Amino acid sequence: MSAVIENHHNEHDHHGPAKGLKRWFYTTNHKDIGTLYLWFSFAMFLIGGAMAMIIRAELFQPGMQIVEPEFYNQMITLHGLIMIFGGVMPAFVGLANWLVPMMIGAPDMALPRMNNLSFWILPFAFFVLLSSLFMEGGAPNFGWTFYAPLSTTYAPPSTTFFIFSVHIMGASSIMGSINVIVTIMNMRAPGMGLMKMPLFVWSWLITAYLLIAVMPVLAGAVTMMLMDIHFGTSFFNAAGGGDPVLFQHIFWFFGHPEVYIMILPAFGIVSHIIETFSRKQLFGYSSMVWAMLSIAILSFVVWAHHMFTVGMPLAAELFFMWSTMLIAVPTGVKVFNWIATMFKGSITFETPMLFACAFVVLFTLGGFSGLMLAITPADFQYHDTYFVVAHFHYVLVPGAIFSIMAAVYYWIPKWTGNMYDERLGRLHFWLSFIGVNVTFFPQHFIGLAGMPRRVPDYALQFADWNMVSTAGAFLFGFSQVFFLFIVVKTVMGGKQATDQVWEGARGLEWTVDSPAPYHTFSVPPKVS
Amino acid sequence: MSGGNYYVPDSSRYPIFAATSLFFLVMGAGGTINGTDNGTTVLYLGFICMTLTMFFWFRTVVQEHLAGLDSAQLKKSYVFGMAWFIFSEVMFFAAFFGALFYVRTFAVPWLAGEGEKGAPIEFVQEMGVDFWTGFENTWPVIATPDNGSEYEIADKTMAFPGWSNVLAWLPLWNTIILLSSSVTVHFAHLGLKNGSRKSFNRWLGATVGLAVIFLGLQAAEYYEAYAHYGLTLNSGIYGSTFFMLTGFHGFHVFLGCCMLSVMLVRSVFFNHFETHDHFGFEAASWYWHFVDVVWVMLFFFVYII
Repeated sequence: MSAVIENHHNEHDHHGPAKGLKRWFYTTNHKDIGTLYLWFSFAMFLIGGAMAMIIRAELFQPGMQIVEPEFYNQMITLHGLIMIFGGVMPAFVGLANWLVPMMIGAPDMALPRMNNLSFWILPFAFFVLLSSLFMEGGAPNFGWTFYAPLSTTYAPPSTTFFIFSVHIMGASSIMGSINVIVTIMNMRAPGMGLMKMPLFVWSWLITAYLLIAVMPVLAGAVTMMLMDIHFGTSFFNAAGGGDPVLFQHIFWFFGHPEVYIMILPAFGIVSHIIETFSRKQLFGYSSMVWAMLSIAILSFVVWAHHMFTVGMPLAAELFFMWSTMLIAVPTGVKVFNWIATMFKGSITFETPMLFACAFVVLFTLGGFSGLMLAITPADFQYHDTYFVVAHFHYVLVPGAIFSIMAAVYYWIPKWTGNMYDERLGRLHFWLSFIGVNVTFFPQHFIGLAGMPRRVPDYALQFADWNMVSTAGAFLFGFSQVFFLFIVVKTVMGGKQATDQVWEGARGLEWTVDSPAPYHTFSVPPKVS
Repeated sequence: MSGGNYYVPDSSRYPIFAATSLFFLVMGAGGTINGTDNGTTVLYLGFICMTLTMFFWFRTVVQEHLAGLDSAQLKKSYVFGMAWFIFSEVMFFAAFFGALFYVRTFAVPWLAGEGEKGAPIEFVQEMGVDFWTGFENTWPVIATPDNGSEYEIADKTMAFPGWSNVLAWLPLWNTIILLSSSVTVHFAHLGLKNGSRKSFNRWLGATVGLAVIFLGLQAAEYYEAYAHYGLTLNSGIYGSTFFMLTGFHGFHVFLGCCMLSVMLVRSVFFNHFETHDHFGFEAASWYWHFVDVVWVMLFFFVYII
């Protein structure tokens, strides 16, 4: 016993990180874990991106050229799952790990050991998921939404492993979210009231609440699938009195809040960046907070807008149409607040600001196509076409992913102590901006013209725009390899960053050294 | 938000051990279910590793606490953490209750041809298929729409058997037992607060005893269902919802029982817990009250109505 205690005291004394691999395996430091999350999500982003390249290459021309239809289906499934659960979500958790303790004046996350566990589950979970590619019958092939009975009666045997990997990803997310909530509720520096918190912290507080509320529901959904496949239950089988539509209800009860889980932290990031580079205080802080809260609450009552064509009673179709449209109100508040923040500001367009401005414009565009899809009768036309693909890629790629890139450029000087190369950063932005629009804008056209999603082959009249889309996809894909180069270059060296880094930057994280010390605050800072 | 210095934690090897054990667990479970080689071995390995990791991890937490290393702020983090963990468990059960409500309100009536989206039975009959004919909207639904060709039809359900047989109705006794155990665990808490370890140990022991009796009766009920009622996981949507809801609840009772037993051992053999400082026990008792509330919901929605 006493040996244990002495050991503790010894370890308290040295404040640098441990050496070698042990540092990363055993770490309880929020910055180390944040770094792990960010690199992991980058790796997943590139793997999921490679799958997207396979998809787009096959769609370059009509007819089957490169892959078998079965393999194509596995690619679209894994691309979606990896980008959502391996790319976007861990990237935001990584940012939360790095930034939330620094922003609220805490020394670390509230439950540091659990923090490490939340991260290290992920590589295992994705190993399990990716290993299904090499199993008999191939990887899951039913799309990332894994609708029953495709995912039950007609599923490949590897679905069992898919289910368990989703279970442990969920456990990781729940533990990560508990940690974020507890950190924010319990570790704020004295004087930092809730309505004084930086918006990124607010956005993550709400996101974490959504995650804890819906990840268990996803766990319930995949558990029912497992039982239906292997243990004879009939949740999703009408022959036994169940209903495949039940699966869609449960899935989207998880799935719709999940969509906001992937965009709320982006709202936080963009608010900080626009404020900094406009050199003005953010317009309408409290309305930003209330808008995020309303979006979060509304996200629980809109799920069936994903299922308008499945055959629901009229009352449900109407309810979910109106509730969905209601979300445009708080979202509009946010967009107008960003514009009002820029209004009469002395704006400069460094790379983070370029990404943030592109976010505001292109995310809004994705939001508008979402409004079109929310109109039930119109959705009967758009449902399951490339219009839907264009819509959610507009909110996720120039939405969520642009915000992550903006965040990396914005905070990397604080993380590494080095400035990135501004010229290369801007080049990366313009390549990505052009690539993303060339890829996804034509998909609106082919979708409205009737091209269904999730097909490896298509009718001749869609050929031209598909070719354009594929060209854009490869431009976007390769510019992300360039992004990797820029990040590695910045980590290796670069112009020394000042503590404040950006002229207009405010907040506790800009008051500490660049790079931020291993333990940021050992004594709580005073917040006035 | 206490003043003074923050508590800065050490690095630890337990988390990655736990993650690795979890990896073995899921690979083993998947392998066992899919019938691959060594699946079961890996599953057992994962289970053993997980149990050991949790034992040592929790032991470390307890030792840190006894050594006075955790600040008031860290204790509060544990309190918040447990509360949010229980909230996530609530949402897990919400998925299964949601499924139950959905099939009772929509799926079963529609399959029986009732309501706005009722299956067009005449149309089905014209096609020469008599799949869904004769399927009626009742609950508990014993028959299945496929008339037992893919799923089995049970003889009897677990629903309220009528006042004359009420005393032989196990769920009623289980309700009484579980509700009493919530009272006994509260008395244990009061005993601890009043500084009486004896009363704490006795009431906590009684709670664990009631938990074990509950689990025993639940096992007896399952045996009865499988052996005499023909009610199994395979008997349509009633069997599915009944066994999944009560099964996950029973599993959570088992977990709660393990937690309370650990607390009992800590108190009886190691004299842990102080009058004003006993969150380990409190967390377990919160969990216990949570499984109790879930049972009340179950009793009402699964057994009574």
